[in-house]
Order: sequence, then C-alpha cells, then structure tokens
Amino acid sequence: MSKTIKTAALLSAVATAVTLTAHQAAAQEKEKCFGVALAGQNDCAAGPGTTCAGTSKVDYQGNAWSLVDEGTCMEVMLPAMADGSERMGSLEALDRDLPEM
Amino acid sequence: MSQQAFHHALLDPARPVPDGLTDGAGHPAGRRYAVYRNNVAVSLTEALITGFPACAALLGADNMSRIAGRFLRQHPPASPLMIHWGAAFPAFLDGLDGLGRLPFLSDVARLELALRRAYHAADATPVAPNALLSIPEDRLGLARLRLAPSVQIVKSRWPVAEIRAFALGLGAAPTSGAQEIAVLRPDYDPEPHVLPPQGHAFLAALQANMPLGAAVTQCGPGFDPAPCLALLLGHGAITEILTCPG
Repeated sequence: MSKTIKTAALLSAVATAVTLTAHQAAAQEKEKCFGVALAGQNDCAAGPGTTCAGTSKVDYQGNAWSLVDEGTCMEVMLPAMADGSERMGSLEALDRDLPEM
Repeated sequence: MSQQAFHHALLDPARPVPDGLTDGAGHPAGRRYAVYRNNVAVSLTEALITGFPACAALLGADNMSRIAGRFLRQHPPASPLMIHWGAAFPAFLDGLDGLGRLPFLSDVARLELALRRAYHAADATPVAPNALLSIPEDRLGLARLRLAPSVQIVKSRWPVAEIRAFALGLGAAPTSGAQEIAVLRPDYDPEPHVLPPQGHAFLAALQANMPLGAAVTQCGPGFDPAPCLALLLGHGAITEILTCPG
C-alpha cells in the first residue's frame, strides 16, 4: 500500500520537475563572445596552473571572451574605438585591442 | 648534495643553502638558491590566491599571504598539475587558530574548491529533461539517475554561497543561514545553486547510485524531490537514466 503511494508521489514530483524545467531561464544557450570583457573580467574558473582566468590586460581585449546568451554577442553595447569607428563583439577571436607585448 | 636536501631547504628558509651548489663560474651559488627559494614560495602563494579568491578577499592580502606561507610548507604540491593543488586547504583552515572572526572560512574554501573541481571535470552529454517521463511507472522508484561528473555538493552551517558572492563583489551582504549547495556546470563555467533542505542528502544519494525511490525516502517524510530534480534537469546535470529490466 505504502509503496503505491510512494510511486504516485514520485510520479507527481517527476512531472512537476519536468514542468519546472521547461520554465527555467537557465536553459538559455550560451555562446563565447570575444572582445567585450573589461580588463581582468573575462570568464574562466580554471584556478591556478592555467592561464585564462581574468588575465585579459586591456578593456574589450579582442582575444578574450565572455559567455553571453546565444544570439546576443553582436548586440553587446560597446564604446566606440579611439578613431571613432564602431567596436563590436565577435564569435571569433579578434586582433583589435590586444595588450602591447 | 641530494635532491632531497635541495627540496627540504627549498621550503624551509631556516635551513642553510645546500652545499655543493655553484654558479656558471664555479662560485658558490647561495644567493641564487635564495632567489629560487623565494620564487617557489611566491608562486605557490599566488596559486593559492588564484584558487581561493573569496578566501583571499575575506582574509585580506597580508593574512592570506601569511596563511599561504604556512600551507605551502605543510602541504606542498604532490603533483605538477597545479589545478589540483589546494585540496587540503579547507581542512588546514579548520585547524588554524585565530580565525574566530571568520568561522565560515573553511566552508567558503570548500565551495571554491568545488567550483574548481566542477570546472575541470569531464564533459558529459545530458539527457533531455522529459526523459524522466518515459520511465515506466512501476520502475520509477528503482531507476538510478547518473549525475554529470561536474556535479559537486557542499553543505554548510553558514550561507557560504552568499558569503562568497559578497566577498567577490558579486552580491549583497549575506542574510540567510545554513546553506546546502550544488555546483552545476551546464556550459563551461560552474555556478553554485542553493538547494532546498535535505537537497544535499538527496544528491549525495544519487551520486552514490542509490535508486530514486530510496534516495527520496532517506531524506525523511515530507521531502519533495521536484525542485532538486528540476534544477538538475535544467542544468544538464543528469546524464543517464538506468532502469533495471522487469
């Protein structure tokens, strides 16, 4: 008897979970967006012994990326370049705004 | 001079420079050894700060450096893979006197370690969220849910997820109490999620390969697995559903 009740409760919990999942915003796909992160704030949680965590040296560094919602990379609002031309994010690494070697 | 003597003196500044070290011109290389000794300690300190940024922020730069100096000598890296170094740091913090003002520090370190482990865990393909609905009714309780290798769980008497976020300037001052946390990694970056009460026990049971029904039951009467299951499904943390035939 109790086993039957448990199965019913489990069934309803599973159904609720699947419904909740459908409403979660976290299901949003992400994409890597290059050239939009402020200096030192590019995404990465790799810890010591790696070279990527927060290592971008300049603002909007072209070869550093952030994770953004899919389809929004090109829409990230950025200040214009020094010469007045538009600065945009990219799905591939850029050669603009690189730190001086 | 043995490699062991070289190594021992490296981590103990009170020891003399090992005999027999010479520079390119054949002169004693004492000062060069001292530079090397200093570099080892400084780089390991930096590695610890990189791995535990919230702990470093809570302690302040001076205290963190001092604590790191002791830790790196008691627990030098056992492997050249620095991404794994620091696993002993939470327990080390538990054993330190003088952290009375930061009683939650070791749990913050546990959370930071969990985030790092999640980052480096193997990738796994998640099941579709509605896959749970396709389990035959009579086998649901015996089904086993395999969780992604990146899933990490942390339980604390303190609101460690909030404390970490606050320490890193990502959130407001902590207001809640004890927290049970799951670190999930749907894409590339791990994120901490606060679980409902008993969520830690539930996920631990699933990780231990306990059948779904038993995992729910051992969390006590009144435990509703729906929020935890939704969290796991929504973040691609369930990678396989095993139902035994019959």
